[in-house]
Amino acid sequence: MSELFVAKVEDMADRERRIVVEGGLEIGVFRLGDEFFAWESNCPHAGGPVCQGRIMNRVNEVLDDEKRAHGYEFVEADVHIICPWHGYEFNIRTGIHPGQPETRLRGFPVTVREGAVYVAV
Amino acid sequence: MATDDGFERTYPEIDDWTDSRELLANARKQAEERQLDDVFIVDIDSHISDGGNWPEIMDYVEDPVIREAASAFGDGSKRGAFLNGTNGLQWQNVWGRIPHGQGLKEAVEESELSRETILARRCMDQMGLDYQVMFPNAMLFLGMHPVPEMEIHLATAYNRWLVERVLPEDPRIKAMMYLPFNNPVEAEETVKRFLGKPGVAGFLVTSSRHKPVHANEYMRLYGMLEETGQVLGFHTHLNWQDEYTSQLNRFISMHAISFVLCNLVHLTNWIINGLPERFPKLKVMWIESGIAWLPFIMQRLDHEYMMRTSEAPLLTKLPSEYMRDMFYTTQPMERTNETLLAASMDAMNAETQMLFASDWPHWDFDLPATIWDLPFLDEAAKRNILGYNAARIFDLEIPEKYRAMAAE
Repeated sequence: MSELFVAKVEDMADRERRIVVEGGLEIGVFRLGDEFFAWESNCPHAGGPVCQGRIMNRVNEVLDDEKRAHGYEFVEADVHIICPWHGYEFNIRTGIHPGQPETRLRGFPVTVREGAVYVAV
Repeated sequence: MATDDGFERTYPEIDDWTDSRELLANARKQAEERQLDDVFIVDIDSHISDGGNWPEIMDYVEDPVIREAASAFGDGSKRGAFLNGTNGLQWQNVWGRIPHGQGLKEAVEESELSRETILARRCMDQMGLDYQVMFPNAMLFLGMHPVPEMEIHLATAYNRWLVERVLPEDPRIKAMMYLPFNNPVEAEETVKRFLGKPGVAGFLVTSSRHKPVHANEYMRLYGMLEETGQVLGFHTHLNWQDEYTSQLNRFISMHAISFVLCNLVHLTNWIINGLPERFPKLKVMWIESGIAWLPFIMQRLDHEYMMRTSEAPLLTKLPSEYMRDMFYTTQPMERTNETLLAASMDAMNAETQMLFASDWPHWDFDLPATIWDLPFLDEAAKRNILGYNAARIFDLEIPEKYRAMAAE
């Protein structure tokens, strides 16, 4: 196992991602608050460059007490990376598709050391 | 890593303007991992882009009054002139989540080549395609145009632009000519005019229209196409204004049903009215409805035909048997249930009757690996679906390198 330098912590803003490349392997490293997550940029659906997609929060449908629908809302806690090829969404914290838990991204360990972010491959 | 034309990836966030060589870099990777460059691949259905070229296309309108009137659209730019596209197409990108779903906006180099050709080459090179059949986005709505004769003006302009401007630029690019089907006589004229032109692969009806395909007015057209060995394609499209689909409040719902519904209607009319018996050698192809609709309508029609045979007196065998004589493109290939998919492909004799289509750059496009990775097909079936069925049906020349491989 080797370790790849991703970025200095101070150079990555909240909700920012970096793509690191090692041979044919592409990994997206994401910052959410003070946490970092790394996923292979290879969508389990069709092999799309998932980590180069848009970052958006999960969408929820608002129901009232009588279960009547009142439109959409973004869920602040659930931040998604969305594959730009076909729109498959994955929770950046878990790598899991919101509609089917078996559909998930391949993850890599991330460490933060002396103000820098590294991913182990 | 640079592509053959010198393009280097920078791994940006993908947006509406991202170069498709960047966006499709993983397609190239898939092709190399699977050695798909050694596989003959034909993409039967792509929709590269035509919005930017629409002003140029308007110069090919033959009616001088209509041609001049195009200048009244798009703040004088002619962009979008006379088109009746609905807002449904603009929802393809899932509200920004699939940027290319809204059309390719990327920059292309200064060139004598049309933008279409440059973008088609980028896609073909990344996916490893040998031929790509192009069909315009904008034309998909024309069957529902409120001004019926506008279908004829725009279809002729578009067909001419393809034949005179785009197809001569690259022999890998092919096109099926748009038939102004709402006017049978003009549809016949289209066949007479464009038949045999270099790059013309067949003729196509956009299925989003309210014209029964069994109407007597079309028999001469079908006879012409049968006699000349041409493919007649029916390409589905959305229609959110129909009485039934207008009840669907989400694009996902409308798209799932509308794209299949129009081909269901036309295919049912085609078979029950005995058109396969009337034109037994006519090559009919159903495009962009996926695969899951086929076992449904096969079983439904067979079941009812056995009880109501007298309503379909021209038939001499089951509807499903006629269906197995026709051709289907695979995209968008439903694949969340592999057992059902395998059964559906088997039911349709996929090895000889199905043809790969990408539908690039639409939001639900497929890749050659979509077919190549299917575990239940043997390699011969995969090669047929990816290319050899198309070569047979469209009479395409198979490049020398594949012939040499086959001989080894």
